[in-house]
Amino acid sequence: MSVIKAEGIKLVYGAGTSFEKTALDDVSFEIEKGEFIGIIGHTGSGKSTLVQLLNGLLKPTAGRIFLNGKDIWQEPKKIREVRFKVGIVFQYPEYQLFEETVYKDIAFGPKNMGLSEEEIDEKVRAAAAFTGVREEWLQKSPFDLSGGEKRRAAIAGVIAMDPDVLILDEPTAGLDPLGRDALLAQIQNYHAVRKNTVLLVSHSMEDIARIADRILVMNHGKKAMLDTAANVFSRGRELEELGLRVPQITKIMMLLKEKGISVNENILTTEQAFNEIINYLGGSSRI
Amino acid sequence: MEEFIKVNDVFYQYESFDEETDAGYALCGVNMTIGRGEFVAIVGHNGSGKSTLAKHFNSIYLPSAGEIFVDGMDTADDDCLFDIRKKVGLVLQNPDNQIVAGIVEEDVAFGCENLGVPPKEIRQRVDEALRAVDMYDYRRHSPDKLSGGQKQRVAIAGIIAMEPECIVLDEPTAMLDPKGRDEVIDTITRLNRERGITIILITHYMEEAVLADRVIVMDSGKVLTEGMPPEVFSQVELLKRHRLDVPQATELNHKLRSCGYELPECVLNAEDCAQALYELIKGMSL
Repeated sequence: MSVIKAEGIKLVYGAGTSFEKTALDDVSFEIEKGEFIGIIGHTGSGKSTLVQLLNGLLKPTAGRIFLNGKDIWQEPKKIREVRFKVGIVFQYPEYQLFEETVYKDIAFGPKNMGLSEEEIDEKVRAAAAFTGVREEWLQKSPFDLSGGEKRRAAIAGVIAMDPDVLILDEPTAGLDPLGRDALLAQIQNYHAVRKNTVLLVSHSMEDIARIADRILVMNHGKKAMLDTAANVFSRGRELEELGLRVPQITKIMMLLKEKGISVNENILTTEQAFNEIINYLGGSSRI
Repeated sequence: MEEFIKVNDVFYQYESFDEETDAGYALCGVNMTIGRGEFVAIVGHNGSGKSTLAKHFNSIYLPSAGEIFVDGMDTADDDCLFDIRKKVGLVLQNPDNQIVAGIVEEDVAFGCENLGVPPKEIRQRVDEALRAVDMYDYRRHSPDKLSGGQKQRVAIAGIIAMEPECIVLDEPTAMLDPKGRDEVIDTITRLNRERGITIILITHYMEEAVLADRVIVMDSGKVLTEGMPPEVFSQVELLKRHRLDVPQATELNHKLRSCGYELPECVLNAEDCAQALYELIKGMSL
């Protein structure tokens, strides 16, 4: 059974006013438990709206959303439970820190879930470990941390609720390359250990290519593609028309193929490209 | 190249400096020269001092020690403040934080109005600035209906209308989608080539930095290394040690070259990388 199923969802902002705008139109898809999904699309393509629909922050104008087979709006009074099960890390989450200490900030979610002190402590420490929040930061004020450290603390606050589905909206925006790589590796590790579902929204094709099993491509409020990373990035021309790109490494292999070299062009990382070229040269040098 | 900005042994300590945490200096002994009409990219990890330095170029911050001259004027000299800000414009990361008016052309006019430019001339400058960033058709639109890349170009137009000699951009593409990024970078390179505007681009995207005439790498409040893009990006290990990266094309070329394949010392983009690999493969199969 799929963990999330969207069935013909539509969302209209300001319906009936002169500002009426259809942000999402007839979007359907299914996500299996344990998948790592990348979401890409131009600014205004509906990514953020979609994400907010998935945990019930917005209610669809039409269509239904199922979480573990159950329509999330079937019992509107229980929508709070959906928000614990689908955790969202918004863009620049460090601006949402508010507690006196990092520990209390991370504990805020689990506390609202009504967990015992021991359970909260366990969740806080596990979440801190996943995101690289160090023990000695826990008793500090979150405002005394650096930007990158704050971001980790904020992400830990969502992970601490132990959601079935973790959604991250541009978690690496503004981080330097090493910070970007480190955070992505931690998210990958979290996904591997917890074996739950992760949805990652990003404008970085390189990051998405490296990390996602499948990619959902949004365009003007509609689903443009939902396929494996290799299949999505083999459609370079179409992606360009949607205001997107292929990773630079994929482009290199495509250009090489255009020049008549029969390399595999379904390449998503520098590592894969390196191996492909070495193999190719190994073959051709023996001729 | 004629010298435009001169940074002389600059130190900067934030006022909120806390002795307990010993945060130290954000800048500690920065020296650099930016030529008139040059396109310089500044890269460095979070906390390396890039943004702190950017705010020094038009006197938003003043050095705790050392000095900065813009076109010969000391940025610490109060009497020069107005002239320095006219010469050096600053564009920040988040377009939503720098748009002040409800209509695109009014927003672009805001800077000129504050400079006391006569209304007729403002009209001309605004139209011209909007054309320069390819946003003229949107002049009567509301900025909040624009995409991120469009908003950022409107912010740049607002600076251009003030006719600066230099534009400093602090991570202008961090929040944009791929197309928006390309739009902003195309605009910046065009302004540099066609109008000779000096560009200082601060970025975490190495694919953008390779487009500059010169790359300056900052680390721990100092200049770590600088040079033309191939000189800097051929030092793959050094950059990685300092939390930075190189474009994927550069990395692939570097890795293969390290295995003994005959490839150029440094490639910076997909086209050159594919061409180098093509030549390598052709050469080996002969």
